[in-house]
Amino acid sequence: MDLLQTTLCSPKCPEQLQFLCAAILRERSPADSLSLSWDHVQSSQQLSLVASVLLAQGDKKEEVRSVGQHAFRVLESRQPEGPSLRHLLPVLSKVTHLAPHTLHEDQTNLLSKRLVEWLRYASVQQGVAHTSGGFFSTPRARQPGPVTEVDGAVATDFFTVLSTGQHFTEDQWLNVQAFSMLRAWLVHSGPQGPSAPDAGDRSEPEGSTLSVLSAASTASRLRPPRERLRDKAFEYCQRLVEQSTRRALRRGDADLQKACLVEAVLVLDTLCRQDPSFLYRTLSCLKALHVRLCGDPARARALLPIAQFFLSHGEAAAVDSEAILQHLFTRVPCELFHSPMLAFEFVRFCGDSLPLFGRNLDILKRSFPNLFKLLAWNSPPLTSEFVALLPWLVDASTAVEMLHALLDLPCLTAALDLQLRLSPAASERPLWDTSLRNPSCLEASRDPEFQALLQHLLRAKASGTVQRLAPLHQLLQPMTSCARVVQCAEAVPTLLQAFFSAVSQFADGALTNQLVLVLLERRDSLYQVPQYEARVHRVLSSQLLALCALHPSLVVDLAKELLEFVGSVSSVHSREAMLAAVAWAVGEYLSVSWDRRCTVEQITRFFEALEALLFEVTQSRPSAALPKCPPQVIAVLMTTLTKLASRSQDLIPRVSLFLSKMRTLAQSPAPSPVHGEEDAGAICTRATELLTLLKMPSVAQFVLTPSAEVSEPRYHRDANTALPLALRTVSRLVEKEAGLLPG
Amino acid sequence: MVHAFLIHTLRAPQAQDTGLCRVLYSCVFGAENSPDDPRPHGAERDRLLRKEQILAVARQVESMCRLQQQASGRTLMDLQPQSSDEPVPLHEAPLGAFRLAAGDPFQEPRTVVWLGVLSLGFALVLDAHENLLLAEGTLRLLARLLLDHLRLLTPSTNLLLRADRIEGILARFLPHGQLLFLNDQFVQGLEKEFSAAWPR
Repeated sequence: MDLLQTTLCSPKCPEQLQFLCAAILRERSPADSLSLSWDHVQSSQQLSLVASVLLAQGDKKEEVRSVGQHAFRVLESRQPEGPSLRHLLPVLSKVTHLAPHTLHEDQTNLLSKRLVEWLRYASVQQGVAHTSGGFFSTPRARQPGPVTEVDGAVATDFFTVLSTGQHFTEDQWLNVQAFSMLRAWLVHSGPQGPSAPDAGDRSEPEGSTLSVLSAASTASRLRPPRERLRDKAFEYCQRLVEQSTRRALRRGDADLQKACLVEAVLVLDTLCRQDPSFLYRTLSCLKALHVRLCGDPARARALLPIAQFFLSHGEAAAVDSEAILQHLFTRVPCELFHSPMLAFEFVRFCGDSLPLFGRNLDILKRSFPNLFKLLAWNSPPLTSEFVALLPWLVDASTAVEMLHALLDLPCLTAALDLQLRLSPAASERPLWDTSLRNPSCLEASRDPEFQALLQHLLRAKASGTVQRLAPLHQLLQPMTSCARVVQCAEAVPTLLQAFFSAVSQFADGALTNQLVLVLLERRDSLYQVPQYEARVHRVLSSQLLALCALHPSLVVDLAKELLEFVGSVSSVHSREAMLAAVAWAVGEYLSVSWDRRCTVEQITRFFEALEALLFEVTQSRPSAALPKCPPQVIAVLMTTLTKLASRSQDLIPRVSLFLSKMRTLAQSPAPSPVHGEEDAGAICTRATELLTLLKMPSVAQFVLTPSAEVSEPRYHRDANTALPLALRTVSRLVEKEAGLLPG
Repeated sequence: MVHAFLIHTLRAPQAQDTGLCRVLYSCVFGAENSPDDPRPHGAERDRLLRKEQILAVARQVESMCRLQQQASGRTLMDLQPQSSDEPVPLHEAPLGAFRLAAGDPFQEPRTVVWLGVLSLGFALVLDAHENLLLAEGTLRLLARLLLDHLRLLTPSTNLLLRADRIEGILARFLPHGQLLFLNDQFVQGLEKEFSAAWPR
């Protein structure tokens, strides 16, 4: 450890060895035995390495502060502008980022001043090549020419990161680094508002450190360094915006132009936040930029920071950001959903800007079909983002439409794939799933009937209507094996949970009824991706129960539909979850105590339907096509029948008969048992319990249809209330019965 | 600012789940403040925690890359150039981003940008609100430099033993985790400097 430290700090160590030592020391961080000192550090590269080791320690001993202080000391000292400062700036940037509070006012002022110089007054001549001499070197070095723009033309204004040349001078390097750290510096170096002239505190800058140019170009009285930095930053950003209109000769430069555009807008946003006087000039610049970018799909990602700018500052400038948002939400996801980075940034933009939307939140809510396109195509990274975003998208007017859209999400994925295959625009490489060549539905989808349905599925805004997409499910059947569709299908249950937890916050009775109707209707009308139906059913059934718990009267409201559901379930296979949920809900909530409108006829009708269903289920022999009914469903049905009977007591004889038949059936050692031994035992036990309970109808009513007071703890603590008494009675009776049963 | 850079293995999407995802190289720029843990914990535990965090990120990147490859119907081997002299077409390599929520695994929310090249994954762990276009460009640049200067595609190189070169490249192109706006000529200049200081 000590050897490494001394090697690192020794002056004559070759670069490779220094790097290695630093890397090893960093790997071993945090280390208690580290004792690097600043005394032996010679070059700034060494300083940078030592700083990297110290910063990795985790700031237990205020290492960050000490690094920062030392770095600033080097900055302040009057060293010639050699290669030293190039290694120093990143250290300063890191320290500012980690611990902005450790810097003093005069330190921040100093750095702001230097940044102004480097940003604005870097030389516009190219650097000289570092020739090591040689046989053919001319005695007089050739004068290097001026720097050029990315399209080859001679530079027209000051040097920026988009200026190129053969070689670079030191201050040009510093220009690049200064811009790279500019935004973070502006944010961290004190977000003070437009400064009132702080007369007393401002010390006159040391004239010798400032170049003559900067003193001459500002007004008669020197403004505080922070303000000057903001001015220069503004000029720099404007120049970058202008430079980005040029057509770059190299691909790397074209990519950099895009990144610079985004950064320029972000810096302008920061500037306007710190000093609203920039707002007027910025608005005109950005509006022009927005118009230019609208027609350029390659630069669509730059539209996002512009939209965020208008959202943040639109109010202050009395500018309507609606048009910009409309364009953003309507056009961009439709055309560019297939780019994973754009999709990610778009969704992050939505998530981050939620508090800023204000009146425009409606635009976001109505654009959910377009947002779902991003999700459908890129489900793995975006699922968690959408789970956080859904509560903001859900609205009472669009909830039903959204539920349908969520259930159809894998179908949307398939439709988008199809759309890409059919679109005439050729791209350099195919964007769709290349493992599936020419699915058979390609031709069939051109049929006008399907076109109408496809258009509805691929709509950009909430239409307020719902269309049955069952024919489309069939058409797109060949695509259910696509990996992307399967990935989307796996994400849907999570999204449904998020949707329902958001909706139940504000749903009233009417909306809940509508949602339950959707659940019942869609249970067998889902896109047939393997295992999708089973998973969705599980979620839908648990949500059904949750919704019923919130609004118990919906059982009576939707009695007709629920009855239809129970009656129409011809085979229990693959509907077990939903059936059990519906039966349980009916058993719990179909009673006068929950809703006064519940009539005896309703109870009887449900009873008959459920009885018929149970009869069918237990009598039919299992076969390959109809596997046996799981015992849980049988138990739930039996319990529900008993509950209903306890409320309408002339049904009791029928139930008792049925239950004893069930018991006999379960106990009989039939040659091909319908259920395994354990299951049969469970059914038998449950049947016995229910039968016994029914022998005392009033107790049964208590137990099976408890009034709302049951949830009060007082009800149970009070020894004189009937329930504990009833329970004691029942348990004694059950013990006696058990003793009387044959062996 | 970049919080960490890592290189790890990527298994082919169709392969069985044998073997684990291995982190071949990682570099954390400055440490997070240690969580407010009342129990006194030694340096060893902090070190282990950092390693675990990096490994968690590597695993997530691997699964994201695999899912993206499956969805587009391609394999990573599609990127293999015809001869070993041609550069690997990095603009077609799978690239993506995802967010890490606060506490999982880093204390603050962060964004990860990743790039998959043949059997290696490169990832940058960034702060929550970074210029992702710049991060993307930097990641591609780093991948290209590392592939070229370490000759990662020839079978005999051993990445683990050449960490000092990686450090040299990072110190120039991503100093202390600072993303730099480098145009092509600057990149060339830095590359020449690097080749001069670190001869092959």
